[in-house]
Amino acid sequence: MIALIKQPWPWYVAGPLIGLIVPTLLLLGNKHFGISANLRHICAACFPANIPFFRYNWKKEIWNLFFVAGILVGGFIAARWLSDGGPVLIAPALASELQSYNITDTRHLLPREIFSWEHLLTLRSFILLVVGGFLVGFGTRYAGGCTSGHAIMGLSNLQWPSLVATVCFMIGGFVMANVLLPFIMRL
Amino acid sequence: MYYYPLLCAYKKFKMSNKITDFEVQSSDKAGAADTSIRHNFRYLLVGVVFGIVFVKAEIISWFRIQEMFRLQSFHMYGVIGSAVVVGIISVWIIKKSGIKAIDGTPVTFQPKKFHKGQIYGGLLFGLGWAMTGACPGPLFAQIGSGVTVVAVVLLSAVAGTWVYGYLKEKLPH
Repeated sequence: MIALIKQPWPWYVAGPLIGLIVPTLLLLGNKHFGISANLRHICAACFPANIPFFRYNWKKEIWNLFFVAGILVGGFIAARWLSDGGPVLIAPALASELQSYNITDTRHLLPREIFSWEHLLTLRSFILLVVGGFLVGFGTRYAGGCTSGHAIMGLSNLQWPSLVATVCFMIGGFVMANVLLPFIMRL
Repeated sequence: MYYYPLLCAYKKFKMSNKITDFEVQSSDKAGAADTSIRHNFRYLLVGVVFGIVFVKAEIISWFRIQEMFRLQSFHMYGVIGSAVVVGIISVWIIKKSGIKAIDGTPVTFQPKKFHKGQIYGGLLFGLGWAMTGACPGPLFAQIGSGVTVVAVVLLSAVAGTWVYGYLKEKLPH
């Protein structure tokens, strides 16, 4: 059993578990699944700067900050005690493409050649982490939600604007991965 | 003609009050939310389960996100697709049964209105998603799993959110 847990979990285990977060939060206290809202709460709590968008009582939304704190702890528990330490098995086509960008380390969930403090100040890592992070924060708030708020919660409630947002997330991702990323990765 | 500046001010006022983000629930709800640690600890526990799933199913992996956007693996489509199916069925059951939350509050749903931000913002987020290999949730799990440099991505995402809030009235919605 422990050995089974320590292996990577298949999609048909993970997907339904994530789907069950929706009714769990609703039934615990009428809370709506939406993680990117926390980035707004952090702004409202730390640097509201009298901007109308950040003038609200963020303390009323504190459950969500507890929720993401839990995600951080869960990430720690899983990596520390529930992993078998095996490499990430990736598609051969991806492996050969990444090799052409000198990325060969698949021992961790994120390639260390990009995601490490020692590489942070290389042009490639800086663009991917800093510009990429900025786009995640700016884009999710502009769209009014992220994968959890729109793609999962919004679609669960059959909201067509959430479907529009989800389709746009995917278009943006496809364009970046297939058109723009090959240039950035060679930097 | 004398009214023109007034009209502009009114339009601006209306804009700033136009809700384009439906993820702050409390702003439209009266009554105090329970902000105690004891009460909110339950959400931390749900988060822990979620964080474990994120890592164990490799959803926080940059590699898995690259495969998804290159159509090289079914994994992420299976995860998101089955999550949505379970979510749709759950919400349907909750609405049909009229069941209340365990603290007695009725479960409510807010319709989302369409605005152009869902297109522009969605496209921008998609670009960032493929770059960082993370949407906002996985960012926290990546940091927890020991890749501490992702704290830079998170700070940058907070900065992006702040800049959006700062520019909101000037952006097309």
